[in-house]
Amino acid sequence: MSEISSGTAVPSAVTPAVRLAGISKRFGAVQANRGVEFEIAPGTVHGLVGENGAGKSTLMAILYGYYQADAGHIEVQGQRVQIANSHQAIALGIGMVHQHFMLVDTLSCLDNVMLGAEPAFFLARAKREVRAKLEALMRDTGLHVHLDALVADLPVGELQRLEILKALYRGARILILDEPTAVLTPQETQQLFETLRRLRALGTTIILITHKLKEVMALCDAVTVMRAGQVIKTCDIRDTSPEDLAEAMVGRKVNLGRSGGAAEGRDERLSVNGLCLKSEQGVALLSDVSLSLRAGEIVGVAGVSGNGQSELLELLSGMRAPDAGRMSLGGASFEAARWLEPRGARALKLAHVPEDRHACGMVMSFPAWETAVLGYHDQAQYRCGPGGLTMNEGHMRAQTAEMMERFDVRPRNAELGSSKFSGGNQQKLVLAREIGQAPAVLLVGQPTRGVDIGAIEFIHGQLRALRDAGCAVLLVSSELDEILALADRVLVMNGGRITGELPIDQCDEKSLGLLMAAQAD
Amino acid sequence: MSQPVQLPRWMDIGLLPLWNLAVALAVAGLVVLVIGQSPAQALTVLLNGALGSTRGLGYTLYYATTFIFTGLAVAVAFHGGLFNIGGEGQATVGGIGVGLTALWLSPHLPAPLMLPVLVLAAALFGMAWAAIPAYLQAWRGSHIVITTIMFNFLASSLNVYLLVNLLRPKGSMAVESSMFADSARMPALHELAARLGFELPSSPLNLSLVLALAACVFVWWFLWKSRAGYALRAVGSAPKAAHYAGIRPRMQVLVAMGLSGALAGMVGINEISGVQGKLTLDFVAGAGFTGIAVSLMGRNHPVGIVLASLLFGVLYQGGVEVSFEIPGFSREMVVTVQGLIVLFAGAMAMVSAPLFGRLYLLFKSKEAAHG
Repeated sequence: MSEISSGTAVPSAVTPAVRLAGISKRFGAVQANRGVEFEIAPGTVHGLVGENGAGKSTLMAILYGYYQADAGHIEVQGQRVQIANSHQAIALGIGMVHQHFMLVDTLSCLDNVMLGAEPAFFLARAKREVRAKLEALMRDTGLHVHLDALVADLPVGELQRLEILKALYRGARILILDEPTAVLTPQETQQLFETLRRLRALGTTIILITHKLKEVMALCDAVTVMRAGQVIKTCDIRDTSPEDLAEAMVGRKVNLGRSGGAAEGRDERLSVNGLCLKSEQGVALLSDVSLSLRAGEIVGVAGVSGNGQSELLELLSGMRAPDAGRMSLGGASFEAARWLEPRGARALKLAHVPEDRHACGMVMSFPAWETAVLGYHDQAQYRCGPGGLTMNEGHMRAQTAEMMERFDVRPRNAELGSSKFSGGNQQKLVLAREIGQAPAVLLVGQPTRGVDIGAIEFIHGQLRALRDAGCAVLLVSSELDEILALADRVLVMNGGRITGELPIDQCDEKSLGLLMAAQAD
Repeated sequence: MSQPVQLPRWMDIGLLPLWNLAVALAVAGLVVLVIGQSPAQALTVLLNGALGSTRGLGYTLYYATTFIFTGLAVAVAFHGGLFNIGGEGQATVGGIGVGLTALWLSPHLPAPLMLPVLVLAAALFGMAWAAIPAYLQAWRGSHIVITTIMFNFLASSLNVYLLVNLLRPKGSMAVESSMFADSARMPALHELAARLGFELPSSPLNLSLVLALAACVFVWWFLWKSRAGYALRAVGSAPKAAHYAGIRPRMQVLVAMGLSGALAGMVGINEISGVQGKLTLDFVAGAGFTGIAVSLMGRNHPVGIVLASLLFGVLYQGGVEVSFEIPGFSREMVVTVQGLIVLFAGAMAMVSAPLFGRLYLLFKSKEAAHG
C-alpha cells in the first residue's frame, strides 16, 4: 500500500496523470465512445459532464477496467498500460467511488475498508494495522469517520467519506467520483468539496462525474463536456460558464430558470391529517404528517433522501396504508383502517409518477405500448371482445403513439421494449401516461432523477403547464434546484416529520439546507 | 461485468436450441460409445421407432400430448413469476377427479355429456390442488417451490389410499379401480379413423391431442391478448409496478397457480379417460417434471412447448424401442440419455449464449469492415 501522506513527490507538470487516447467502445448498435481524447493534469480536479448516455460512465468504466476499449489506449503517469479488470486499476493507483455505495451494511467501517485487502492472516493483527493506517490517513486528509460504527447506522455523508477513505487506503492517487453529491444536503456537499480541495492540495488527481454545473464551476480546475460518445470541448474552468457548458452538453440553448407563478386561493384538492407510519421493526417512518394541496399550485417536498418522502408518496397514492391518520381526496375521505387503494386513487383522478420508475412506474419486460397503459389497462376504452376480456391492442398502440408524439419520446416505437429507452425517455413515457389522464392531483417523485438536461427542461415545462391548467401537484425531489425552479410552496421533511414550510419567495439553498439538516443525527 | 450481447431473434429461438440439442446428442453418443454400443445404431433405432411407422408416430404424439399439458402448466405459472414444481401432483389429482367422476356418472351419462364433464372435473381437481400452495404462498409466505414438491407426495399418497381402501373392487388384488363405462372413454384416434372407414394401427393416441392444441391456443390468447393475462404478466415480471398499477398480486398468484393446476390436471384426461379407462397408480410417471424441461426448452411459449413436447415424445417412444431392440441397452440407459438432453437443452439452455454472442459480433464487425 502506498502512502498518500508523503506529499513530497511532485510529478512533472507536463505528464498528465491519466491520458485516454482515441478510446472507442461500441455496445451492439450503440457507439458509446467515439475516438475520445481525454487527459488530466496531476493534482487537479477535472469535471466530466454530459447528458445521460453521453458516454461518460462508459469512459470511466474503461479506465477502471470494467470494460475493454475497442480501440485506443490508456496512459497512467505517462506509462502506457492495459487495464483488464478493477484489480489492475487499483494497482495502478486508480480508485472509484460509485454513486451507489459498495459497502456491507452489517460490518463496521473498519471492516469495510479492510474487506478484500486484509494485511495479515489473523484478524486482530490485521485490524490493528489497518486502524493505524486509517487514523494517519484521516488525520492527513481530514476525512473523519467512526471506524467502529456499523455502516447501517451512519448517515450518507459519512458513508461517502468512508468510500473515499477506502479508495485512498488502497493507494488511489487518481480518484473517480460518480455523481457524489446526489445524496447529500447542501451543507454536506460543501464539506465534501472542502475535503476534495484538501486531497487536491495533497496531490491527488480527481475526476468528478456530475450533471450539476454549479458544482463544476465551484470545484473543478478544468472540465470536459461529452455528447453522444464524443468529447465536445475541454477547457479551463476560467474560460467557461454554466450556460456555456449546458449549451455544449445539449447542443442548443437551455433555460432551467423559474418562470410563472401560482394562482392564489383555489379549492383544496387533497388533504391529510396526522399521518403516522411505522416500519415492521417498529421504527417511526412518518410521524404526524399533515398537509394540503390546492388546485393550481406545485408544492415541493424537500429533504435528504430517506427522511420519509418515499413513504409519504406511497401513502398518498394508496400503495401503502398508514397506522393512523385521515385523508380527504376529491370529496371522499379515508381512515387508516379503510385506506385508499391504487385503483381507487386513479378513479378519484389522482395520478402518480413514482420515484422508482424502473421497479414501479413501468414493467421493463413489456413493450412500450403495454407500459403506456399500466394502471389504466382496465379502462373501458382499452377493452374489447366478448365480455371485454380482450385487450384492445389497436387502441392501446394508437394511444401510445399519441403519447410519444406529445411528449417527444424517442425513438417513436411503441413496440420497443420499455427497458430499451433511455432514462429521460422512459420518464417522459410515464409522465405522458399519468398526465394524459388529466388528473386533479398529481404526485411526482424525483421526476428528473437520471434524466438528461434536455429532457429536464421539457419535463419541468410539462409540470408547469399542468399546474397552470389547475392541477394540484406534489413534487418530491432531492434536487433543491428543481424544487426552487418549480415549487410555489416548499415543505421540508426531516426524520419523518414536516419540519418547515416556506413560501417560495423566502426559500434559498441556505434556509432549506438548514431545515433539511436540522437534528439529522 | 461483461455486457451480455443481444442475440438476433433467429439465433435466440432457432439456432441456440438446435445447437443445445446437438451438444446433448453428442454427449449422449459418447456415453453410448463408452458402454460399447454404436451411437449411430442407437440413434437410427430411436428415430425409426418414434417416427418410422404410423404406430410409432401415434405413441410419440400420445406422449407429446401429456407433455404439452404439463409444459403449459409450468409456463403459465412462470409468467406469473412462480415456479410450479407440482405438475406431477396436480396431474395425479386431475386424474383422481376424472376417475371419481367417471365411476360415479359414466353408467348414467352419454359420451357427449360425459366427456365435457370429465374435462371440467380434471381441470377443477388440478386447480384445487394447486390453489392450496398458492394460498399458502400468497397469504402465509410459504415458498411455492417447497409446498408444491410436498404436495406431489401428498397427491401420490392420496391416490394410493383411494385405490387401496376405497376404489379397488372387492376380491381384486390389482391396485386399480374397476373399468369405467364406455361413455367415459376419450375416443382413440384409430377408433375414429375406423368409423370413418380407413385403418390406422392401434395406439394410445386419442382426442386429448386436440384438447392439448386447443389449450395451447387458449394459453397464448390468455397470456398475450387478454386483460387478465396482462395483469398476470405484470405481477410476474414487476410485482411492485403491478401493485402500483392497482393489480392485487395475491389474487394473481391464485389465478396463475389455478390455471397452471387446471392444465396439469388435464393429463388425467389423456391418461385415465383416454388410455386406461380406469384409475391406476402412478399414471403420471414423471411427466410433471418433464413439463419443466419442456417449458424451459420451449421458452415458456405455446409454440415452443409444442415443439419441445414433440422432441420429448420422440425420446420417450424411441427410447422404449431402443431398449427393446438393442440388447445391452437397458431402460436406465435410455433414461440417462433423456437426462442429458434435459440437462443441456433445458437447465443449461443459456450456457452457449455468450459464445454465440461473440461469434455474432465477430461476424457483424467483419461484415461492417467489408461493407
